[in-house]
Amino acid sequence: MSDSPPVLDITSLTVAYENEDVWQTAVRDLDLRIEAGQTYGLVGESGSGKTTVALAVMRYLGSSGRIVSGSILFNGLDMVALKEEELRGVWGKEIALVPQNPQSALNPSMRVGEQIAEILRRHAGLDRREAMARAEELLCMVRVPDPQRVLHSYTHQISGGMQQRVLIAMALSTEPALLILDEPTTGLDVTTQAAILDLFREITAERQTAVLYVTHNLGVVSALCDRVAVLYAGELVEDARVGELFHFPYHPYTEGLLDSIPQIGQKKTEAILHAIPGQIPPLGERLEVCVFAPRCALAIEECSTQRPDLETAASDHQVRCYRWREISRGEITTHQSAPDLIPVQSPGDGETVLLTEDLKVYYGLRRSLTEMLRRQPGRVVKAVDGVDLTLGKARTLGIVGESGSGKTTLARAVVGLAEKTDGEIQLLDMQLPAGLSSRTLDTLRHVQYVFQNPDDALNPHMTIGQTLQRPFISLLGMSSKEAAGQVSEMLRIVRLPKSYADRYPNQLSGGEKQRVAIARAFATSPDLLIADEPVSALDVSVQASILNLLNDLQNETRNSLILISHDLAVVGYLADQVAVMYLGQIMEISDAARIFEAPMHPYTEALLAAIPTIDPDSAVSHQEPLQGDVPSQIDPPSGCPFHPRCPRDLGDICRTEEPVWQENEFGDRIYCHIPLGELQSVQQMLKEA
Amino acid sequence: MTVTQSSSPANSGVAPGRGRRLLSSFRVLFDRPVTAFGTSIFLLFLFLAVAGPWLAPYGSNEQIYSDARQPPSLAHWFGTDQLGRDVFSRILYGSREVLFEAGLGTLMALFLGMTLGLIAGYRRGWIDELLMRFFDSLLALPALLLALLLLGTIGRSRYSVLIVIVIVYTPIIARVARSVVLSVREKAFVEAAQIQGESSLHIMFREILPSVMPALTVEGALRFSYAIFLVASLGFLGVGVQPPSPNWGLLVSEARPHAAQLPWSLFFPAAAIALVVIGVNLMADGIKRILMGER
Amino acid sequence: MARYVTRRVLFLLLTLLLTSLIIFTVTQYLPGDVARIVLGREAGEEQLQAYREEFGLNDPLPVQYLNWLTNFVNGDWGISYSTRTEIFPLVMERLHNSLMLAALTMFIGVPLAVLLGVIAGLKEDSRWDNLISISSLSVVGLPEFVTGIILIEIFARKLGWFPANSSIEPGSTFMEALPMLVLPAMAATLVLLAYIVRLTRAGVVEELREPYVRTAELKGLSKSSVVFKHVLRNALMPTITIVAISFGWMISGLIVVENVFNYPGVGRLMVFAIDRRDLPLLQALTMVTVLGFALANLLADILYAYLDPRIRLS
Repeated sequence: MSDSPPVLDITSLTVAYENEDVWQTAVRDLDLRIEAGQTYGLVGESGSGKTTVALAVMRYLGSSGRIVSGSILFNGLDMVALKEEELRGVWGKEIALVPQNPQSALNPSMRVGEQIAEILRRHAGLDRREAMARAEELLCMVRVPDPQRVLHSYTHQISGGMQQRVLIAMALSTEPALLILDEPTTGLDVTTQAAILDLFREITAERQTAVLYVTHNLGVVSALCDRVAVLYAGELVEDARVGELFHFPYHPYTEGLLDSIPQIGQKKTEAILHAIPGQIPPLGERLEVCVFAPRCALAIEECSTQRPDLETAASDHQVRCYRWREISRGEITTHQSAPDLIPVQSPGDGETVLLTEDLKVYYGLRRSLTEMLRRQPGRVVKAVDGVDLTLGKARTLGIVGESGSGKTTLARAVVGLAEKTDGEIQLLDMQLPAGLSSRTLDTLRHVQYVFQNPDDALNPHMTIGQTLQRPFISLLGMSSKEAAGQVSEMLRIVRLPKSYADRYPNQLSGGEKQRVAIARAFATSPDLLIADEPVSALDVSVQASILNLLNDLQNETRNSLILISHDLAVVGYLADQVAVMYLGQIMEISDAARIFEAPMHPYTEALLAAIPTIDPDSAVSHQEPLQGDVPSQIDPPSGCPFHPRCPRDLGDICRTEEPVWQENEFGDRIYCHIPLGELQSVQQMLKEA
Repeated sequence: MTVTQSSSPANSGVAPGRGRRLLSSFRVLFDRPVTAFGTSIFLLFLFLAVAGPWLAPYGSNEQIYSDARQPPSLAHWFGTDQLGRDVFSRILYGSREVLFEAGLGTLMALFLGMTLGLIAGYRRGWIDELLMRFFDSLLALPALLLALLLLGTIGRSRYSVLIVIVIVYTPIIARVARSVVLSVREKAFVEAAQIQGESSLHIMFREILPSVMPALTVEGALRFSYAIFLVASLGFLGVGVQPPSPNWGLLVSEARPHAAQLPWSLFFPAAAIALVVIGVNLMADGIKRILMGER
Repeated sequence: MARYVTRRVLFLLLTLLLTSLIIFTVTQYLPGDVARIVLGREAGEEQLQAYREEFGLNDPLPVQYLNWLTNFVNGDWGISYSTRTEIFPLVMERLHNSLMLAALTMFIGVPLAVLLGVIAGLKEDSRWDNLISISSLSVVGLPEFVTGIILIEIFARKLGWFPANSSIEPGSTFMEALPMLVLPAMAATLVLLAYIVRLTRAGVVEELREPYVRTAELKGLSKSSVVFKHVLRNALMPTITIVAISFGWMISGLIVVENVFNYPGVGRLMVFAIDRRDLPLLQALTMVTVLGFALANLLADILYAYLDPRIRLS
């Protein structure tokens, strides 16, 4: 610990929000200290209050938020006592915020350069010309290619990754003492995120900036932060150095959280994910006891009667739990006593459930007048550009890819929501026609879909029971009475109480809604279930239970599953086979066990390298993060679509010729010019290094 | 601040049935003092319109020459006009015409507009293009003008004003419905219904329609006030109604030449129009705040 | 951007064509025999026939339509049945008057409405906002004949500041007509205010909720900087569109105002034409109205496209 005072010193901070005339505590009694040059992670799920803390530090809570008690000292300055005028002197100059969702955080009708320049004109007194020049320097510093162009662009003309760099440039322009980052990489592609994290590391190290990094992503924390504070339902439950926390968590919540996140290489056949039962109590329902007790497997009587204090477990390690000593000694743990092994599934009887051949989905863009006059064919978005897939009975195929990869379009084409332009889709023994309207009810019964956003997936005006009855009525021809009788059973198989049938979706949590959506999909016992990012919109602690549910249901009904996600760990956990997509084509399709240990295709390698892992021991990847952004689907690169960004670009051949499919002895396939043998030997080298 | 992940449940407990929800939302109309004021006025006039014939001390066209040109008195609360007609009674009878025609017309326009908007928004394609172009051309004319043209064509009949209201307001209601449909149809639950092989009819009316209702209700309340406006304006211009109809607008225009001597014959009808329009506008704004969730 | 404009113009022409078709068809069904109306009740059958032949009333409808359309485009709008004069100069005269009134109304009303709307939006839920919002919902939303009559009573009869009757002489210039324009413009302004204040306020309120406002504030910019440089630029875009459209609307939409104040504008002429079943006059007037409205719409769209970089640069 350094002797100089901390840059940020929060003591006993309590923040409340007003909700319909009642003040509800969102953050209770928080202590936090950040030194210069330190990157402090503030981790929590939704409802944890982490964003509230960030906003409270900046005193930007809005009229419905209030700092009830506690102190916030910024370099000795009492933030709570400052008046608005004084705050405007601090904002942007001494403390800067880098927000989420860069697109909406920038003014759409103001040029980017102007938005950066105005900070400098305000705080550094520069005139317009000087400010623009400095802005250009800043853009170079954040590694924006072609800064002149970006300076004169509008927000919508630059990519998400670049927008975020602009926001970072803005935040750093005045060399603030404290930088607050609020989930800055959420919503960005994994490869883009890796590059941005790299940038942070470099920049903050140079300037000894104190950084408060607010996020729900433990991997990012591990990669970037020195210390981490874990927030649950508005309370600080554990606070330690990063290495310490991930190796020796002392709080049941931290333990449970770490357990519930699938790691790369973790497989469903080895052990189930340990989900934390229940959900975060909403604001207003948090009592003066241990806030985690209702969900804690280790809770004792004391936990439900009195709130534990924050105790110092070791130097630099604090925890708020009555039983931390027992946990630290390894006497008790939230891990289940014996690993629950899933019975190994028989690999199906080889029956093919889904077969696609050269599947293409192209969208024509409206032709402009000039194009029409010149008789040019309209431009085309090649969302899916020739995909061959085979999926066996009771098997799971995982499809991963970043934005623009075409994975969602592929899924939608199979189920019929998107119309295929070319190629074949064969489901069981039926050739599927392009659109939903041409498919018979009989066909629809065999393939169903689970959507990403559970909030949108259920009709807000229908009860759960009504929603669940529909598939029985429309696809199975039952009467409403018969259908009503099925509802309880469906709720049971997704482990929801029968009483939920009369509830409306807004009374359910995200995880519960997703369960209902899954129940609805299983109503007809489909042969094929497609799940498109089924857990991305859910809290981390809830994701595990949904993944377990999908697995259990598959074991029972022996349905085939296509799981789509940008999260390789999630896919790797459930899938038997993994396909990696880029710009509408599959780059690699391999057995799940092998693809993460020994990725062959350069893109797969890059993806894996880009994921920040929780294991703090693993050295920071030596691989340079992938440059550039995912190109547009309208004008894909010629030859191999990946060649502009490929670190192993072979030169001309990759640019002019489409790659060929190569298969190894196990049946894994890759789409690349580099001979398989060479890729495999490189793998070996890296492993031995 | 944006939270990217789905948050915990809003509340527990069983949802009340649809009937009870409607009643409680009705009560919310009286929440803010301003909205309560508007709603009360509307309800008052509604009551007067319904109970008019029984409440009115005199007939709508009853001319008592001996009482003509009297200022407000106990016998004639609002005074009498130049023909000896009781202004108060005329206003009561007039309220029927204004509220019922405007109200019924708006309701019919709501139904028609809602259906057309649903179809256009959901099916898209040529029917959407056709309907929208057609509505655009209708919308190019100011409402009153369109009304005048239509009345000129249809001629004067019992139902002409009603028909005109329907034709004039259906386009905009259809547009509102359509725009909500366009955003709702992209939602996952609609796609889920499609995947389950639900018929278009089911999807339009059982899945999508409930989400359209709030915007439609707000628009309907607003159109209602415009319809009252329109009926009164038509009355004032003497189109579509003729003496001795107790249409308030007509009352105003009839009273104009005598305004100096019989100011009450002008004042009360004008005040009635003013009050109703204000009341309905405030009520509509209240409805908007409730349904569109303004803080 | 050029692409966008071209599309909109083509669109405009299409809409106009469609509208002209509707107008023509609808007016064909106005009851009354044209020939008889023109020639009077005593005209004999032969005269009626001759008239019909001369004016192509016996031609098939599509032919009549095409003739009418070509003439219209060439500025030959025919002869009014009721006044027996050429329609074109008559309509132009009235158009001139309506435009003057519309211009004055916009001049008074728009800055006022925008100002009030912005204040209400910036101070959402404050006392000012409530005052402005309620006023614009209630008092100001009254029918024009009510407000018009009130205005006449107060400002013309009682105070004598302005004339009660606004029938200006044909060919008056703006300055000559000004005293008589004030009261009708005020009545029209009130209607305009109701609409624009509400819209502007909503636009401002919504824009203030956008994330980029937070970014701007947290840059430490002054409150006025945030409002003027960031928020208003975006918030006022829908308002500009509405203002343009309102102008188009006012060309013939001020029927009641013109009636109450006896102002010789397009609206009054319309009522006159409908009353007398003056077909050609009606057709011409409707076309002018629609043309005005469509042009205003086009202007609004172009303005919006120009101001929104997302559209301008695509």
